Amino acid sequence: MDQFLQQMVNGISLGSIYALIALGYTMVYGIIKLINFAHGDVYMIGAYVGFTITTYANLGFFPALIIAMIACAALGMVIEKVAYKPLRSSSRIAVLITAIGVSLLLEYVMMFFVGAEVRSYPKLLSDQVFLFGDIRINMQQIYIVVTAIVLMLLLQFILHKTKIGKAMRVVSIDKDAAQLMGIKVDKTISFTFAIGSALAGAAGVLVGIYYNSINPLMGVMPGLKAFIAAVFGGIGSIPGAMIGGLSIGVMETFVSGYGNSMYRDAVVFALLILILILKPSGLLGKDTREKV
Amino acid sequence: MKALTKKNLYILGAILLTFVIVQLLIEIGIINQFYEVTLATICINIILAVSLNLITGFTGQFSLGHAGFMSIGAYVCALTTMHLNSTVGFLLGILAGGTLAALVGILIGIPTLRLKGDYLAIATLGMAEIIRVIFLNMEITNGAAGLQGIPRYTSWVWLCFFTVAAILLINNFIKSSHGRACISIREDEIAAESMGINTTKYKVMAFAIGAFFAGVAGALYASYFYFLKPDIFSFLKSIDILVIVVLGGMGSLTGSVIAAVVLAVLTTFLQSFTEVRMILYAALLVVIMVFRPKGIMGTKEWYDLLKFNRKEEKIWKRRSR
Repeated sequence: MDQFLQQMVNGISLGSIYALIALGYTMVYGIIKLINFAHGDVYMIGAYVGFTITTYANLGFFPALIIAMIACAALGMVIEKVAYKPLRSSSRIAVLITAIGVSLLLEYVMMFFVGAEVRSYPKLLSDQVFLFGDIRINMQQIYIVVTAIVLMLLLQFILHKTKIGKAMRVVSIDKDAAQLMGIKVDKTISFTFAIGSALAGAAGVLVGIYYNSINPLMGVMPGLKAFIAAVFGGIGSIPGAMIGGLSIGVMETFVSGYGNSMYRDAVVFALLILILILKPSGLLGKDTREKV
Repeated sequence: MKALTKKNLYILGAILLTFVIVQLLIEIGIINQFYEVTLATICINIILAVSLNLITGFTGQFSLGHAGFMSIGAYVCALTTMHLNSTVGFLLGILAGGTLAALVGILIGIPTLRLKGDYLAIATLGMAEIIRVIFLNMEITNGAAGLQGIPRYTSWVWLCFFTVAAILLINNFIKSSHGRACISIREDEIAAESMGINTTKYKVMAFAIGAFFAGVAGALYASYFYFLKPDIFSFLKSIDILVIVVLGGMGSLTGSVIAAVVLAVLTTFLQSFTEVRMILYAALLVVIMVFRPKGIMGTKEWYDLLKFNRKEEKIWKRRSR
């Protein structure tokens, strides 16, 4: 039982990181129907920005988090402007291939400049451990979960209480109608990328602190898994992404805790194929019907 | 349709000529060991690209799991030749590898090909990852350390034979009524379905044929490079193949061949700069999609560019007016 709860704690902290990345996927997919493959790499860049700031500027956790978020938001907007905007009217496959291209570009440009070697974060948070019976919860896990919750609440606030949030929701329902109502669609899409990327950047810093090691290819697997989380929860749905992220995180830790950690990734991908076959709209997604 | 048309004779002549010239160059020693690797890469990549083109370019089903099928062929052939160390074993291995890859393709294709566009892409990607993880954990494949000392049977003769066979068979498939059905699925799936085409059947068929040749390419790869490990067949390998197809033009076999040659030569020159090569690949993908989404050839083949066809086209156009 203790081991079960311990795995649960570990799973939730990993899952909240996945959830933060999955939110960006789900928002971008909701608004322009694009699987933004580069999202996982924005998260990687976020981790590197955090690393640079904490190591070379000797700043603490919160400044690093905020600067990484701002940098990633800017990066997300640039990617959208340069790579995706010219393709707004081309086929879905073309945009998807571009997204893969951007993803590889970010990975290898980073590798070119910072080298392929793994770097470790300086110690930012105390690794004080709280014991609840036999369950160990460390300070970092608490920080991760709390930061994730605060950011998600902030996102809910932006989406439901502000004008731009309303615009985002409207554009994701019907782009043309929104445009006719005088909503600046391009600006809204750009803003969506900014918010999604900022969340990914935050996740990058959190992961850097949690696992204490970063490298230019660290974004590939978490990116894919976060996408699976978004699909699991129902792509386009914000609460779905949060639930999906947490479930994938918990599942992954359980597979490595009780089974063979080598099969961790395979189980997640098998889950994806199962969801896509059984319920492609995900847990909270809406069924869409195809019109002929 | 006569088999011995002028065009087919030209093709036969060109193939024989290429074969003889390269064979001569190898024997004289102008193509040394170093360039032979490039040659093998070109041939293997052509088979991979042509088979992926059938799935992605002609049938319009975006697959990111081609490396998975390739790895099945590679491992099956490697294990077969290691137990049956002869040319018969090698050919048996290729056949078994291709067939097993095709079977897995059918098995995975039937449920996943109901998905569309990006969902299919992710599902196939997931499939390739699952295959890789399975190979990573199997005893017989020696896990992450990989297989070593695979006997080498792949030579220029076999490479040439299988490359030509793959191109011709896939070309003939596309020209057949089955192939036309596949193209109609790419153009408009709903319209194709309403014309009475069993879209699932043809999608799975294209998937299986594509997987078969990917398996054959993998088998040739295993038997040429002595050494296999699951990491070779990662997501990046699938992307490598995709870059060839996209650059050459989705829906053009000629384009795939040209792009495979160009990129293999490029890779040879950039061998010691892996990062630069990947940056170039990635930038190429983005630039092609933004500025010339149809790639080098679009959906045209080499004979579409020749004169006698143009004349026919004009006549046909006039008639249809």
